[in-house]
Amino acid sequence: MSIVDRHVAFLGALRSAGLPVSLAEGLDAARAATAVDLGDRDAVRTAYAATVVKRQAHRPVFDTLFDLWFPSTLGEGSATTGGERPNVEVTGGRGSTPEVAALRAELAQALLDGDPAALRRLARAAMNGLGRLPGGGGGAVWSPRTALDTLNASTLTAGIIRTAAPEDALAEQVLRRSVRDRISAFERLVHDDARRRVAEERGPEDAARHTVRPPVDQVDFLSASTADLSALRREVYPLSRRLATRMSRRRGRRGALDFRRTIRASLSTGGVPVDTRHRPRRPHKPELVVLCDISSSVSSFARFTLLLVYALASQFAKVRTFAFVDRPIEVTDYFARAGDVRDAFTAMEADGVRFAGGGTNYGRVFTELLDHHSDAITSNTALLVLGDARVNYLSPEREALTRLAEKARHAYWLNPEPTDRWGSGDSAAHFYAEIVDMFECRNLVQLSRFVEQLA
Amino acid sequence: MFESPAQVGERLDAVGYLADSSITTTVFLAATLGKPLLVEGPAGVGKTELAKAVAAATDAGLIRLQCYEGLDEARALYEWNYSKQLLRIQAAGDSATWERTHDDIFTDEFLLERPLLAAIRRNEPTVLLIDETDKADVEIEGLLLEVLSDFQVTIPEMGTIAATRRPFVVLTSNATRELSEALKRRCLYLHLDYPTPARERDIVLATVPGIDAALAEKLVGVVASLRGMDLKKSPSIAETVDWARTLIALGLSTVDENAVSSTLGVLLKHASDHERAIKELRLLAGG
Repeated sequence: MSIVDRHVAFLGALRSAGLPVSLAEGLDAARAATAVDLGDRDAVRTAYAATVVKRQAHRPVFDTLFDLWFPSTLGEGSATTGGERPNVEVTGGRGSTPEVAALRAELAQALLDGDPAALRRLARAAMNGLGRLPGGGGGAVWSPRTALDTLNASTLTAGIIRTAAPEDALAEQVLRRSVRDRISAFERLVHDDARRRVAEERGPEDAARHTVRPPVDQVDFLSASTADLSALRREVYPLSRRLATRMSRRRGRRGALDFRRTIRASLSTGGVPVDTRHRPRRPHKPELVVLCDISSSVSSFARFTLLLVYALASQFAKVRTFAFVDRPIEVTDYFARAGDVRDAFTAMEADGVRFAGGGTNYGRVFTELLDHHSDAITSNTALLVLGDARVNYLSPEREALTRLAEKARHAYWLNPEPTDRWGSGDSAAHFYAEIVDMFECRNLVQLSRFVEQLA
Repeated sequence: MFESPAQVGERLDAVGYLADSSITTTVFLAATLGKPLLVEGPAGVGKTELAKAVAAATDAGLIRLQCYEGLDEARALYEWNYSKQLLRIQAAGDSATWERTHDDIFTDEFLLERPLLAAIRRNEPTVLLIDETDKADVEIEGLLLEVLSDFQVTIPEMGTIAATRRPFVVLTSNATRELSEALKRRCLYLHLDYPTPARERDIVLATVPGIDAALAEKLVGVVASLRGMDLKKSPSIAETVDWARTLIALGLSTVDENAVSSTLGVLLKHASDHERAIKELRLLAGG
C-alpha cells in the first residue's frame, strides 16, 4: 500500500467511524504530514490530529484507527528486555511460571517508575508471550484479556507501595492512585497491541470493524459497559455547562426598551434611534417533575439522565423526583440533601429505599401518583417520564397518564429503546406515545438535544 | 517563522513556556501552513499563555480580541469615529461641496481600528489572539470566517484591505458551546489538557522561585490524584502554582495531611469538591 493509498484509506476509516472529515481537511492533513518528519510517528500523529480531529470526544477513535493504519512496529518489533535487575517487591502471582514471574517483576518496576516506554515494551512482550491462543484454521487468536488475567497486575500494587514506602497516609493515597492509573494505562496498551496484531494479520479495515468503539456521545445507554458509563459521567458537567449556556442564551431577546442603550446606539446614526435596544426578557423557568424507572433493565439510563437533570437544576424553578419500580416513591430529598447526585444514589440505597419484588408496573405508578401526589403536578410543571414502557403485560392505565398529562403544562417521555421496538412484546410505548410526546433517547447526542428544548 | 518542531520547543522554552511535543508540532504546523490555530481545553491549562509565549518567542506584537456575549462588528473589526466626522462637517461650514466632504470624512483619519483590522493592517510580525471564542455570538463566527480564510476585510467606503503579512492567529475556547463546523474546518485543532506530573513539576519549578524539587514532586502528585476524582472543577495549572506559592508563604516544607487540608481552598473552589477530596484522600477534615 503506497503512502497516498494509506492516507486515503485512513481518512475513509475515520469517516466510517463517524468523524466528519471534509475534503479540505483531508488535504490539510496531507500537507501537514509532509511538513513534519515522516519518520517521527508521534509528529505524524499530531499532524493528523490537528487537521482532522476537531472535537476531543473523537480523539480516542482517532487514536485507535491511527494505530491500526500506522502501526508502531511490525511483528515483535525490536523489543529487548531491560538489563538491570528490578528492585521492587513482587506480590501476588502465586504458582506462575518463571517467564510470567519475570514479566511481573519487570512490570512492577515499570509501574513504580511510571516509565511509559517500559510499559509499552512490556505490553508487547505480554501479548507475545501470554496473549496468543491457538485458534482454528491455523491462525492464532489474540486475547488481551488472557494476557492481562495471567499477569494480574493489580495484585502488584501492595508490593509497589511497600517498596516505595510512603511516609504518611496522604502520600500512600496519592501513590495508590497513580499506580492504579498506570495499571489501566498498561491495560490499554495491551489492548492496543492486540488490535495492532489483528490488523497486521487481517488488514486494518477488518480490525477496525471489530474493535473501534463509537465516540462517547454515540454510545448506546442500554449496552454501555462500565468503562463507557464512567466516560459518560465525566461528560456530564461539561455537557451541562454547554447546555446551560445555550439555554440561557436562546431565550427571547426583546424585553422592555432599554432607553440608555438606545440613545447611546443612536449616536452612530446622528441621534436618530434607528435601532432600538431592549432589556433581556425575564427567563421563564419551568418546574420539573421527573418520574424515573429504576428497575435494573434501564437503571443506567435513568441514573444518567437524572445526573444531567440535576446538573442543570439551576435552569428549572424546582425539580421533584419520583423513583419507581412498581410504585412511586419521592426521592427529591435525597438529591436536595446530598450536594452530589452520585452521593444521593448511595444514600438512597443505604437508607433502604427498596422496591417490592415483581416487575415494573407502570399502570399502578400512574394511578398512585395521581391519587397521592397530584399536588406535585400543576399547570407550570413539565412532567418527564424516564423508562422503557415495558409494562410486563399488566394494565397500562392509559387514562391515568392522560389525566396526568392534562394537568401538566407539558409531558414528555424519554425511551431508551429504539423506535422500531416500541410496541413489540410487552412494550406499551405505542399507547403512551399517543398520550405524551415520546422521544427515543439512546445516546448522549439525543439526550442533550432533548434537554436543550425542554427549558 | 520556525524551522522545526524542536526549534519551536526551544524558543518557547526560552520565554518560559514549557511545551510538550504535541504543542510544538501543532504550533509549527500552524506557522508553516499559515492556518489559524484553535486551542481548546479546560480552564487554566495555559491556552492564552500559549499565544502570549508564541508572540514573545517570535518577537511579534500581540493583538488580543477578547470575546464576550454581544461582541459586534464595531468592537471587533472597525468603527467610524462619528463624533469626529460630525466635527469635521461642522468645521467645514457651507463652503465645502458634498463630494469633498464625503471623500474627506471616510478616510483613515476617521477610522477607528479594532483588533481584527489592526492585526491585518500591521506590517510587523503579529500574533492575533482571539480569546474565549465560544463566548461570542454565532454571528461573530461568520465574520471570523471571512477574516481568517482570506485575511482581508472589506470596508464599503474604502475598499478591500488585504493583509500584507499574515498574522499568526490563535483562537481559544473553553468549549462551553460547539464552534461551527465551518470555523473548525479552517483551523488546526489543539486540545490542551492537564499536563503530565513530570511536566507540571517542571512548570512549578520554573515559575515558583525558592521551591525545592522534592516538594514540587509531592505537590503535583496530590494535584494529579485530585484530577483523577470526579470533581466539578479540577485544579488548573494556575491553581497548582498558587498552591505552591501558598505553601512557600506559609513556610511549609512538606505536603502532609495538615498542610493539604488547611490549604485545600486554594485548589478546589466548590464545597462538594472539598468534601469529596477529603473523603477520598482520607484526610482529617481540618479547617
